[in-house]
Amino acid sequence: MKYLSYLTIGIFFGIIMYKSEAASWFRIYEMFQFGSFHMYGVIGSALAIGVIGVQVIKKNNIKSIDGTEMNLHPKNKSVARYLIGGIIFGLGWALAGACPGPMYVLAGAGYFSILIVIASAILGTFVYGIIKDKLPH
Amino acid sequence: MTMNLIYDPWPWYVAGPLIALTMFILLYVGKQFGMSSNLRTMCSIGGAAKYSDFFKFDWRAQRWNLVVVLGAIIGGFIASNFMSDNTVKINPEVAQQLDTDYGINSAGEAYLPPELFATENLTDPFVLAILILGGFMVGFGARYAGGCTSGHAISGLSNLQLPSLIAVIGFFIGGLVMIHLLFPLIFR
Repeated sequence: MKYLSYLTIGIFFGIIMYKSEAASWFRIYEMFQFGSFHMYGVIGSALAIGVIGVQVIKKNNIKSIDGTEMNLHPKNKSVARYLIGGIIFGLGWALAGACPGPMYVLAGAGYFSILIVIASAILGTFVYGIIKDKLPH
Repeated sequence: MTMNLIYDPWPWYVAGPLIALTMFILLYVGKQFGMSSNLRTMCSIGGAAKYSDFFKFDWRAQRWNLVVVLGAIIGGFIASNFMSDNTVKINPEVAQQLDTDYGINSAGEAYLPPELFATENLTDPFVLAILILGGFMVGFGARYAGGCTSGHAISGLSNLQLPSLIAVIGFFIGGLVMIHLLFPLIFR
């Protein structure tokens, strides 16, 4: 039963990603060319509502469905890992035109080539796990 | 001309709030919104713990997120087959520039440029290298930064996390460098 709700959330999310065109290479290219407000509007409005909602949750100490604290933990402080990791991610995001969520969505949409991108992303994650102790964090 | 709610692309003011809703539903059921952590889970399932302790964790506790991924795949199938004409119209000036500078002339006619994503182009080493390099950097960078667009740009920034702001600034530095400095060198 629980898994059915996760599946539904995923389907909902997949449709949003595809229909908002956030999963389109063209939209990512256009965003980095500052050619349209669209992607900034998508991320910005999600964020604006997210910020307000999280504040409401914290102010009113709203719990999750099973009565536990919501997963809103502070992230570890650092600059190097977020900046360097972020830049590498951004280079890949712009080149492949897809971030992890949309990759799965595009696989479902039938773009066979995206499987190469996904496999490479798994490989990238694996290589990070191997060399992480040698990287500045 | 009336807007076709099913077939037309959803405007930002519909999509953005729905993404926020996705995050809140996941918080409400006791989870968090983050897509790239699934890549680490897949490494663990594949036996990567033999090579690094980074992959030594109880991946079974992450199965819920793999089910979300399965849903996203199904969502992509539904949207592309029943809810879209699978074309993306972008700013005509940007489309023209893509055509003139890089010979990518499919904007407005496809969802992804066939120049890069058509299956028959996989035999082109240049195209293959772009897909592999792009995917590799997304996977490596997301784990190095501890999250991707969903985990940092949406979840983390919503929680006013400074690390997420630094990561998102990094995303944009990387993206802008790729599009403005590296594309002219790569796609000549």
